[in-house]
Amino acid sequence: MIHARSLTKTFATGRAQPVQAVRGIDLDIAPGELVAVLGPNGAGKTTTMRMLTTLIPPTSGTATVAGYDVVGDSAEVRRRIGYVGQGNGGGHTQRARDELYTQALVYGLSRREARRRTDELLEVLGLRELAARKVSELSGGQRRRLDVAIGLVHAPRLLFLDEPSTGLDPHNRANLWQHIATMRSSHDMTIVLTTHYLDEADDMAERVIVVDHGRVIADDTPDALKSHLAGDRIGLTAPDAAAAARTAELVSHGPGAREVAVHGTVVTARVTDGPRALPGLLAAARESGIDIAAAHVDRPTLDDVFLALTGRSLREETAPKPAAELAPLPGKDA
Amino acid sequence: MTTPTPAQAAPRPAPADRTTRRGASAPLRDTWIVMTRELRPVLRDPFSLVFSLVQPLVFLGLFGPLLAGSLGGEQVLGGNVWQWFVPAILVMTTLFGTATTGSNLLYEFQTGAHERMLVTPLSRSSLLVGRSLKEVLPLIGQALIVIVVMIPFGFRADVLGAALGLALLAVLGVGLGSLSYGLATAVRKQDWMFWVVHQTLIFPLMILSGMLLPLDSGPRWMQIAATANPLAYVVEAERALFAGDFSSPAILWGWVAALATAALGLALGVRLMNRSAD
Repeated sequence: MIHARSLTKTFATGRAQPVQAVRGIDLDIAPGELVAVLGPNGAGKTTTMRMLTTLIPPTSGTATVAGYDVVGDSAEVRRRIGYVGQGNGGGHTQRARDELYTQALVYGLSRREARRRTDELLEVLGLRELAARKVSELSGGQRRRLDVAIGLVHAPRLLFLDEPSTGLDPHNRANLWQHIATMRSSHDMTIVLTTHYLDEADDMAERVIVVDHGRVIADDTPDALKSHLAGDRIGLTAPDAAAAARTAELVSHGPGAREVAVHGTVVTARVTDGPRALPGLLAAARESGIDIAAAHVDRPTLDDVFLALTGRSLREETAPKPAAELAPLPGKDA
Repeated sequence: MTTPTPAQAAPRPAPADRTTRRGASAPLRDTWIVMTRELRPVLRDPFSLVFSLVQPLVFLGLFGPLLAGSLGGEQVLGGNVWQWFVPAILVMTTLFGTATTGSNLLYEFQTGAHERMLVTPLSRSSLLVGRSLKEVLPLIGQALIVIVVMIPFGFRADVLGAALGLALLAVLGVGLGSLSYGLATAVRKQDWMFWVVHQTLIFPLMILSGMLLPLDSGPRWMQIAATANPLAYVVEAERALFAGDFSSPAILWGWVAALATAALGLALGVRLMNRSAD
């Protein structure tokens, strides 16, 4: 569905140094895949997507999307893809229904077909009651659903979603994803989305492509990325600080242990296989006369994957590391 | 491709390949779609429509009596003052109505609505031409209301001349609208520039066209500057057309000026629109 080779994009910025937003991306996406492109702000996610959707020409490299070259046959590409950008697609002075209807006409549907398709999508995306509202009068979540409806009017086989859920509360995000999943199963669609919500990429995508500094640095299923690149995090609670220091010493001699740290009485470390490592560590602690009060194993997150790949956390770019691993990440992409 | 499994709530996919529908008439169809999209909010909001249609009357009602008073009566400038003033007001309405229209596009650049259109199969040029053509309808509406309201006050319009005059306004409106959209496209990354350029240009264009006060009474340099202003020719042509003075060469020059404005505006606007994605 998508084949990109050595795709690059350099933006001239006047007097300043040119910005190399994308530095050589190779990408192959097969029909039916649901792929999340994950990376920090300014990693080149949006620029890549804008090249694949024919909005901007690549500086070098080639890409075929839905069977056509993005530069030479951009009109053919545009006919076959759906695109939901970061902004709101609906004009603010337009009524929700009118924008869907217009979009249907744009893709060559007859007036009758366009009306039918408009009604269907309003129904499916829960916008029927809002059909006569102006876009400016819709809430953020409602506008986003309209954006997705607009992107789906012509039942594209390939849908690009650029940060579809940014700015939505968890309820609206879940709601939007439910709609997208429904549409995907009924339309046999390939979906490529960018996101910086780690949990979203983790839950929704079947394949995650991690991008940093304009390059692909990892590409696999979320589970494979996590097992191969990050490893589990274990935590042991010792009875006091002195015991914790001794526990840390024991842990650091354990198989494959790294990133050993002590916070008060809690010792944390990363190990390749947490569930298997834990019994041995507990036995070793008992032999040394330490009564471990609590122990836990956390599966890694995609943030751990990114950390392992780059030495940086995805989260620290926009927010201090939240206490809860599933806290949504605020902020906007560049 | 595999056949999709039908889900209860989900719509059936639309027929897969629509390329066959898009033949030689596609650019015209695209332009029509863009134009009707732009007109829909105008027609759906009757209050602001009526308000905008009545606006020129307010100006006419306030400025007209002052003009007549300062010129020393209604029978001046070779006839009834309204014969001189009303055609000019129509040009002014066209100028003010269409010169600001680019701000709508500027807004769509910011929201993402324009980007969404750029990813569709719509031809790039239709995105400009359709918008520019949409300007014609409100401005003809405004002009007709002004003409009808002014008839009881002694304004007389030659029917054929008025029809040609409205057509001339439409051509000028498309040109000015295109230039406004072109300006919006050019300054989309510094949107405040739109209003700087707009405010800088609109008053010289208005005053140096002789639409409010005759340029004959101004200094020589103003008269020379006016020869470079297409609006000056259109204003003269409108006066001749509404008077039914078909032998006047001003009509020809007015059409030349309006057509040149339209050609320049469309060429420039389409060029800028083609490069409006980055």
